[in-house]
Amino acid sequence: MKARVHVMLKDGVLDPQGEAVRHALGALGFEGIRGVRQGKVIELDLADGTGEDTVREMCDKLLANTVIESYRIEML
Amino acid sequence: MRAAIVVFPGSNCDRDLAVAFRAAGFRVEMVWHKDTALPKGVDIVGIPGGFSFGDYLRCGAIAANSPICAEIKTHAERGGHVLGICNGFQILTETGILPGALLRNAGLKYICRSLPLIVGSSACVYTSGYEAGQRIDIPVAHHDGNYTASNEIVMRLKDEDRVAFRYASPMNGSVDDIAGVLSSNRRVLGMMPHPERAAEEAHGGTDGRALFSGLASMFAAA
Repeated sequence: MKARVHVMLKDGVLDPQGEAVRHALGALGFEGIRGVRQGKVIELDLADGTGEDTVREMCDKLLANTVIESYRIEML
Repeated sequence: MRAAIVVFPGSNCDRDLAVAFRAAGFRVEMVWHKDTALPKGVDIVGIPGGFSFGDYLRCGAIAANSPICAEIKTHAERGGHVLGICNGFQILTETGILPGALLRNAGLKYICRSLPLIVGSSACVYTSGYEAGQRIDIPVAHHDGNYTASNEIVMRLKDEDRVAFRYASPMNGSVDDIAGVLSSNRRVLGMMPHPERAAEEAHGGTDGRALFSGLASMFAAA
């Protein structure tokens, strides 16, 4: 089984990389981009029966820094 | 006086830090990240700069979960001294020993140059060789040194006089220009600038030397 973890900087935390991407899109002529936030996706290949609680523990302990990041888990 | 310096795969300031500690009179022991104990009786643990584990996932995140970091946490909780420089500061925030986090520099550039710092607090062993408000030139070399913390934590750091160093002018987006912070017991310091790179005449500046000599005189007096 697999799980997918989406990690994003929390709202309110400045994302300079997202801002740079926004500027670059503007430079390419795309208009009306109000904001870009850049995060990461982590795919985990897990032993069958691994619970979402375990994945949450992985996020809290390592995959996300909850001081600055939030995460969302997708069990696939 | 004894210092232990932790080495991770990807550390690259470990030997510079050892030289600076030795020059100040410390006996230095290097400790590998897989070690499960610190040398008995060390006065201070140094966590050096570099790119531990290639900065994979987040700077310092993987190092913070290495066996030696559990020991460093216990050492800090017991009231031991820890100095984390650059990647060492990132590791200290990732372990939760120090509050806040270090984000990508606001200008997205890796910043590598000597720049002026203001000593924020002289009330700790690390800054005893300086005066509060003193301006010193220390090199920085980082991509992720943009210190951030909740408003509540920033207020507490200021109220408790725990900002050890500030950048003299905005540099990487750090809240309040914070360059280094102290733990609540003032025995753990994390800082992005590299005092060990300004410790000898050949470095082009010696303003970092007082950090190590100040530490040595505090420990010698203890």
